[in-house]
Amino acid sequence: MGGVVKRKCTEDLANLRSQKMQQLLLQKLLNYAPSKLNSSIITITNCIYTKESLEICSKLLEINPEAYTAWNYRKLAVEHYLQSETDPDSIKTILSEELRLVESALRRNFKSYGAWHHRKWVLSKGDLSLDHEFRLLDQFQKADSRNFNAWNYRRFVAAMKKVPDEEELKFTTDMINSNFSNYSAWHNRSILLSHLLGKRVQGSFPREEVLTEEYELVHQALFTDPDDQSGWFYHLWLLDQTVKPDAPVLVSSWPVQGSDVIASFNGNLNGCASSPFTNFHSDTGEFPLILYFNQVVEGVNSATVTVESIFDKNGDLVWRPLSTNYSRNAQAWVTYLKFPDIKDHSLKSYSVEVSLAHCQGIISSSGSHYIHPCQFAFTVSLQPLDLEYTERGPGVEMVVWTDDYFYTNETLLQDLSPTILSFHQQRIKEDHDATASMWPSKTIANEIALFRELLSEIDCKIGKLTLARLLMAHDTIMSYNKTPSAYNKVHSEEVLELLSDLMKLDPSHSRYYKDEHSLVLMQKVTSNRELLLKHCWHYRESTSSNIHVSICLRLNNLSLSRIGSIEILLSVQMLDLSHNELRSIEGLEAMQLLSCLNLSNNKLHSFTALEPLRLLKSLKVLDISYNEMGAHSIDTRRYLCSSPLSHTVGSDWNVDDCKTDGINMTNYWEAVLIFRGLNLTQLDIVGNAVTDEKFKLLLVKILPTLKWLDGDDVH
Amino acid sequence: MGELEMEKHVLYILSVEKKKDDFESVVMEHLRINGAYWGLTTLDLLGKLGTVDSDEVVSWILKCQHDSGGFGGNIGHDPHILYTLSAVQILALLNNLDVLDVDKLTNYISGLQNEDGSFSGDVWGEVDTRFSYIAICCLSILHRLDRINVEKAVNYIVSCKNLDGGFGCTPGGESHAGQIFCCVGALAITGSLHHVDKDLLGWWLCERQVKSGGLNGRPEKLPDVCYSWWVLSSLIMIDRVHWIDKEKLVRFILDCQDKENGGISDRPDDAVDVFHTYFGVAGLSLLEYPGLKAIDPAYALPVDIINRIFFGR
Ligand SMILES: [Zn+2]
Repeated sequence: MGGVVKRKCTEDLANLRSQKMQQLLLQKLLNYAPSKLNSSIITITNCIYTKESLEICSKLLEINPEAYTAWNYRKLAVEHYLQSETDPDSIKTILSEELRLVESALRRNFKSYGAWHHRKWVLSKGDLSLDHEFRLLDQFQKADSRNFNAWNYRRFVAAMKKVPDEEELKFTTDMINSNFSNYSAWHNRSILLSHLLGKRVQGSFPREEVLTEEYELVHQALFTDPDDQSGWFYHLWLLDQTVKPDAPVLVSSWPVQGSDVIASFNGNLNGCASSPFTNFHSDTGEFPLILYFNQVVEGVNSATVTVESIFDKNGDLVWRPLSTNYSRNAQAWVTYLKFPDIKDHSLKSYSVEVSLAHCQGIISSSGSHYIHPCQFAFTVSLQPLDLEYTERGPGVEMVVWTDDYFYTNETLLQDLSPTILSFHQQRIKEDHDATASMWPSKTIANEIALFRELLSEIDCKIGKLTLARLLMAHDTIMSYNKTPSAYNKVHSEEVLELLSDLMKLDPSHSRYYKDEHSLVLMQKVTSNRELLLKHCWHYRESTSSNIHVSICLRLNNLSLSRIGSIEILLSVQMLDLSHNELRSIEGLEAMQLLSCLNLSNNKLHSFTALEPLRLLKSLKVLDISYNEMGAHSIDTRRYLCSSPLSHTVGSDWNVDDCKTDGINMTNYWEAVLIFRGLNLTQLDIVGNAVTDEKFKLLLVKILPTLKWLDGDDVH
Repeated sequence: MGELEMEKHVLYILSVEKKKDDFESVVMEHLRINGAYWGLTTLDLLGKLGTVDSDEVVSWILKCQHDSGGFGGNIGHDPHILYTLSAVQILALLNNLDVLDVDKLTNYISGLQNEDGSFSGDVWGEVDTRFSYIAICCLSILHRLDRINVEKAVNYIVSCKNLDGGFGCTPGGESHAGQIFCCVGALAITGSLHHVDKDLLGWWLCERQVKSGGLNGRPEKLPDVCYSWWVLSSLIMIDRVHWIDKEKLVRFILDCQDKENGGISDRPDDAVDVFHTYFGVAGLSLLEYPGLKAIDPAYALPVDIINRIFFGR
């Protein structure tokens, strides 16, 4: 390999002489300015400025614009001279000399942060002509149209000169028209346009017309060279602007409108012929009320949501965001209603009314307010206390997940499951507004036609991916306008096919398409009751006690790498996701009723991936056997999990209470963080890289409620 | 095309330290402390930090500190937050954080926070989300995050979020992989990753992989080994690293080695330097290359060191 030409090296050797000189210059300069910036307050008293020192400084910066101490020295000198200078012309001369120096430094190194900043600093010192700056920028941006320092500087000068956004928008049009492949110009365009659209929300900048024109512009880029990425992200942004409703919408809840929930605490449900999807057993004497929005919102509380019931005074209810990072916003929110203290043994039914008023409190992350007032009601029957039941309740008997423990009985299922889907019917009415604009659906239809045409000519990945996204967007828009029975995702099949094609066409990113494929597959499976019922099975227990968790949603063996459509599955209490390819269970935290979960034979890499389980207060039975826990040196969930690393768990994090002999707790902090606080009675963990006997001892210690570990009785 | 030349890279790093007069060390003179961080971290990932005289390094580092608390890039150079982070990282690496006057250093950093939550790099007021990351990273390592207004700092970073899911230096600035690392890293350390649209940013980041397997830093740019770090670490923090072809990237990095004299360059057949040697080795560590210590994607220090700082007693 000795003959390999080191291109850079030879080029640089030629510069070495000037580089040596540079070092000498720097040494000289440092003699003039010994440690000038001794405190955060600038003291210029111990600096010496002479003609010679400033010349050395200029030379040095012209050779190496990165020598930041030299820029600082110049700034000190300028301030020093300006202090005693009142003549405007002289001031101008001093500042112009700085601008000249920056210009020549930039010609040496266009990307020097120090040089660009010096220029900004000089502009802040006096009244200088900004026209010259634009001329300079035109020159530089012609030479390198992607230099982001130059673009940043352009935005800075434009703001300083108060150039209207429309004018700068015109500049990006010119740049794009001269070369479509200019991501920087597209980027600046998106910034200017969102600014203009935001400002003129009801004014003379008609959103729909503007966006239509933008679609036309980006088509030119995409269709000229589909492999050039410059227009890809812009088109996706336009699509997002077209489809996404601004205001948050309530999409589902548990319990749903009109349902009759049977809630018991340590009570028996014998003799109640009701749906397993509305039975809920609680050890803690409370039951969840879950609200699920179409986007992340904040501000759900007893002032924005009114719950009328005999259980709690509305004002006492505490709403919690169901998010794994303990932030103040989430898509799903929960409050727990406490059962009243019931002594008599008669089955009583109470109604609960929930209303989300037309109020300003619930806000999306983009700042839009909740504007769809909505109300729903359900009843709750309280099951009398029966102490005998605790002997046979959930988690009393070991759950076995093998096929022979499950059977189907369709007629029974049909009877039982009117409320299996958590769709919020209310939403449909609210959004079915005859005056709503047809523009989004028209635009999407138009885009679909165009991209089909493109694909008929060439087989390109961005064409296929965009078509898949457009078809999904189409289904989403249609679902807003139709009744629940027509909720079918009509394009699911085609989208799945496109994504499968993409996996082959672009194998480097195949797992991106695979993840998308999984989400669409879940949408399809949950898109209506009939399809979903195909995945519902009865769980057979060896004793015949009538237990609520007897219907299991089995989404096993579907090759899912990711889960979605959780909003529809809020009523599920027993879930089998085994034999998939899951790397993450993000979203599961909203399934507050979940008590039995099978995640075995997946690709979970670390305990941190189980973070959502920390929010599932009803979870009793967990199977995470045959995953990849402990098999990876890099943990990709490390920062998506609350811990002292991300300051989401106090730095007073204490593991002393579960210290176990022979175990270095620093190595097991993930397991301790996740499992401490769970109330598991059954855990299967065999088939992971971490399952030695010492670790099992640690688990038994942090899970005091545990009865079975890997099938063995722990007592 | 071959394996990681671990021993040669160790020799290369050690040799750079000795050659004080050649081209590279002259240009790097003003940021020698950064160079020391790149070199020492590389040695640690390769399991050879023990070959360094840590007392000598520590005493040199302390000579770079100013009365203000900030560190310069070398002895005699002005203090700047860029070099302050390297100083803290090196001291953490050498398990020598206790030589620091933590309050003084903390005052320097917190003094650079502006009213809008952003951070200046030094007293001259250049603002950049890189400096936000540095401030947050330093203070977190020193357990002093409470000394700045974290909420404002986070809001400022979020205000630099773009419509492609990425982040720029200042509001409106174009997304760039290096800048994205800084912003995602700062959000990770402050438990604020919910502000990131993980699918959108993940798609943008995974599309940085070009045909050769290497990663670029922005659309339609050339691949470069240093982006193995900026892009990969960001993808890992948002759990989307499986969206790229890891094997192809490993091959690209290995192709950038100088197999004779050690060191890694930006692209195959270019001249090697310490900067790209560090990013190449760190990238391979993130790709779980056998024989390398694991590196933490947010703090850019070996995982065992970070775990010791946050979970050790
Ligand atoms: Zn590079």
